[in-house]
Amino acid sequence: MIAIIDYGMGNLRSVSKAFEAVGHQAVVTRDARVIGNASHVVLPGVGAFGDCMANIEQYGLVEPIRASIQSGKPFLGICLGLQLLFTESEEFGPHKGLDIISGKVRRFAAGSALKVPHIGWNQVHHQRACPLLDGIADGAEWYFVHSYFVDPGDQHVAATTTTYGMPFVSSVWKDNIVACQFHPEKSQAVGLQLIKNFGAWKG
Amino acid sequence: MLTKRIIPCLDVKDGRVVKGVSFLNLRDAGDPVEAAVVYDREGADELCFLDITASHENRKTILDVVERTAARVFMPVTVGGGVRTLDDVRNLLNAGADKVSINTAAVERPEFVKEAAQRFGTQCIVVAIDAKRAADADRWDVFTHGGRRSTGLDVMDWAKRMEGYGAGEILLTSMDQDGRQSGYDLALTAAVSERVSIPVIASGGVGTLDHLYDGFVKGKADAVLAASIFHFRTYTIPQAKAYLKERGIPVRRASVEQAV
Repeated sequence: MIAIIDYGMGNLRSVSKAFEAVGHQAVVTRDARVIGNASHVVLPGVGAFGDCMANIEQYGLVEPIRASIQSGKPFLGICLGLQLLFTESEEFGPHKGLDIISGKVRRFAAGSALKVPHIGWNQVHHQRACPLLDGIADGAEWYFVHSYFVDPGDQHVAATTTTYGMPFVSSVWKDNIVACQFHPEKSQAVGLQLIKNFGAWKG
Repeated sequence: MLTKRIIPCLDVKDGRVVKGVSFLNLRDAGDPVEAAVVYDREGADELCFLDITASHENRKTILDVVERTAARVFMPVTVGGGVRTLDDVRNLLNAGADKVSINTAAVERPEFVKEAAQRFGTQCIVVAIDAKRAADADRWDVFTHGGRRSTGLDVMDWAKRMEGYGAGEILLTSMDQDGRQSGYDLALTAAVSERVSIPVIASGGVGTLDHLYDGFVKGKADAVLAASIFHFRTYTIPQAKAYLKERGIPVRRASVEQAV
């Protein structure tokens, strides 16, 4: 069973429906026991970093998230679920993150030439042979909607990069964690392929 | 490179598509979800539902449409029309919408945009602006109620203010051009796009594929929205993309071509 962590920040239906569409059973939950018993854990999220982190703390989800990552089970972060894994974010902040991957969450420098948020379909360039990208073309377009991006302390955690004004890390892969800035649940066929790969991944 | 978006928009009333769509082989041509499935298959970059349900009792019908859409298609969905409270925003996002579009409620109480952006994030708050060219001067006024009510607000100032309040995107409709099929108001679109540093979606007036091209090149839009040319199958999404690509506009390839 795949556990999708619900900390009250929306967009969970699309994620759970995407798992269903590719034949994986998923449950939306904030119950620590359900998360603990799950074979795979997903941390989705849209919203403001500080509010999301506050909700995660309020619902007592910090430890269940840490424990599932430490247990070695496959873990997928999506959008804010990627950013929350980092040390801190400058969004309305600074705000402390989960600090599971060292690095900062920064804002794109907006200007007339660079619209922020970065909204739309952009190319994702593979940096490593990440198992979640099996069957997906290098350079395929994925759907993004975000104003902040992750800047890892160790750039080797990058699984993919994307260019918006400058190159940024659009997904990371570290041991049993894969987390992406783009939205697989909104990226049509390529997105469903990643979701399918995740459900089959052993971490 | 970030590709330019093509967004078909469906007007929905009491859970049904207004005026209908001319797709062949739909089980129910009045069901917005059936139309969404077709647009998804064709590679539309995003979908927009504009809820024009008048009665309060039927307001929940749009949530059902969004829920059923989110179960069938895995692409971005924006929903506008009657979004007035933080609960409205939350309910739509929970149903599966990615962005909500706020129009009249922003004019009546601008702070609402700020509150929604702080609560749900700038990236999911779209401010819709209905603009009408002033008769006596080279500027545009913000209108509400389908272009019937002037607010006395200047479009450029309003767009900038909404950006400052946390709008993540501007959906800009020319009330002069809407329904005329003679092209976007390009001067308006370019002026707003240059004034703000958030994406601008051009809307109102598309009749040909050249109008989409002009929206990007002359209007400097980040995305183009159209309704009838797609609904009535004057052009399909793949035809629009092929046309734009040939003319050097970066567009996304159909998702099915991207598997290896």
